[in-house]
Amino acid sequence: MIPQHLLSIDQLDETAITRILDTARGLRSVTDRPLKKLPTLRGRTVCNLFYEPSTRTRVSFELAAKRLSADVINFQADARSSVSKGESLKDTAWTLEAMGVDALVVRHPSSGAAAQLSRWVRARVINAGDGRHEHPTQALLDLFSMRERFGTLAGLKVVIVGDIAHSRVARSNVKGLVTMGADVTLVGPPTLVPPQVESWGAKVSYDLDAVLDDADVCYLLRVQRERLGAPAFPTLREYAALWGLDRARAARLKPDALVMHPGPINRGVEIAADVADLPRAVILEQVANGVAVRMSLLYLMLGGAEEPPGGGR
Amino acid sequence: MGGEPLGTGSAVPRGRRRGVPDGGPFRVKARVMEPDDMRRALVRIAHEIVERNKGTDGLVLMGIRTRGAPLAQRLRDAIASFEGVQVPVGALDVSLYRDDVGLRGPRGLEATTVPGNLDARIVVLVDDVLYTGRTIRAAFDALLDLGRPRAVRLAVLVDRGHRELPIRADFVGKNLPTATSEVVRVRVAEIDGEDAVLIGEGAGEATG
Repeated sequence: MIPQHLLSIDQLDETAITRILDTARGLRSVTDRPLKKLPTLRGRTVCNLFYEPSTRTRVSFELAAKRLSADVINFQADARSSVSKGESLKDTAWTLEAMGVDALVVRHPSSGAAAQLSRWVRARVINAGDGRHEHPTQALLDLFSMRERFGTLAGLKVVIVGDIAHSRVARSNVKGLVTMGADVTLVGPPTLVPPQVESWGAKVSYDLDAVLDDADVCYLLRVQRERLGAPAFPTLREYAALWGLDRARAARLKPDALVMHPGPINRGVEIAADVADLPRAVILEQVANGVAVRMSLLYLMLGGAEEPPGGGR
Repeated sequence: MGGEPLGTGSAVPRGRRRGVPDGGPFRVKARVMEPDDMRRALVRIAHEIVERNKGTDGLVLMGIRTRGAPLAQRLRDAIASFEGVQVPVGALDVSLYRDDVGLRGPRGLEATTVPGNLDARIVVLVDDVLYTGRTIRAAFDALLDLGRPRAVRLAVLVDRGHRELPIRADFVGKNLPTATSEVVRVRVAEIDGEDAVLIGEGAGEATG
């Protein structure tokens, strides 16, 4: 069952994730053909409501909506918008909804912002990243990319490396991967691995070299300098030496193992500059798949009946 | 794509119309085609397609998902058996082009496969049931986004009448007079494990 709002990957069981990925697969062929436009969501309006900087997620959602013929409004909460005059999230959302928006794609620095928004509006809400909580569409496109390469997610050995504590990408990915039966190991500096992670169903290690040999996927998280308050590790150079994927570590991976990264990459920190360009690094493939996966979600969430059951103010 | 909702063997779960009761489970009233009837009808259609085209030059068969796709492959095999030529076959998923997106739940998608360039080819659309004509209208849009065929023709296993658009089939396996309250289901071995055409009632969401 596809939920009315997509706020967390927890809302999706194995059947729902499989449905989204299968639909994305059908749509991937459209994104590869000369005429990329489909008429499916004509007359629907999607608003990207972004309270944080973003390149790929916003562009990806915009492209996905446009390829399905929806109208797209991009709202960036910055000095040019009324947010700078003190307008609240609620009033901004109501204002946009009064203009007839069918879906709100929300990115916000506060955890839970998307969930809060979904209680105020009738439009469908899609969480495009809320604080350090979740980024479900990133997880879905990562699951899709892995499934396309390996055929299945069940039993896949995925190592996620880096700042687990501040990473919404890690949280959504772990839960999505565990739902699909993958075997997930989290690796990072002890200061950046929160104590409760084992309740997510993942293993924890503090030694990257000990877990690399066996991995099918080495998933590197970005060092989020903007979210790190007190330094969690002494220097970026030390981080790179202990947790970065350099040439030597990349050479130890299994021949068909993939290197993945949600972007934007910090070359020379979590990933060595030349490792990011190896054929096994499928970072741009993830980006391309992101459009198909978001098309799939928009179609499944907006392609149904006009009036969602319940909801509203 | 008439007559196939809730097919137990369907590869992809179908969306249900929100809030509209589906009239209970499908109840079979009559079997109107048996495997031999289906085979004979498809062989005849294969001959008619080649006769009308004066050979197989430029022919492409495009099956409409779900059950038109295996039927198109059978037509290809039939043509190969008497002409010795493998006509290219593709499959079209028209879900994203339907005019009832937004009136009913979204449908699962299957891959659209195109056997090379369709420009200037004679494309024969193949479907199991012709009913309202709306599936075929959607197929026109889907097809024209893929190329510009010289001509488009339509082959269906069953024409059950009740058109809502000015569309007719060029090749028909069986004309089947029905009431709109009835449901026609085509079952094909590749998907459902058997070949049959059934008339029944309930679980109805025929769209074709």
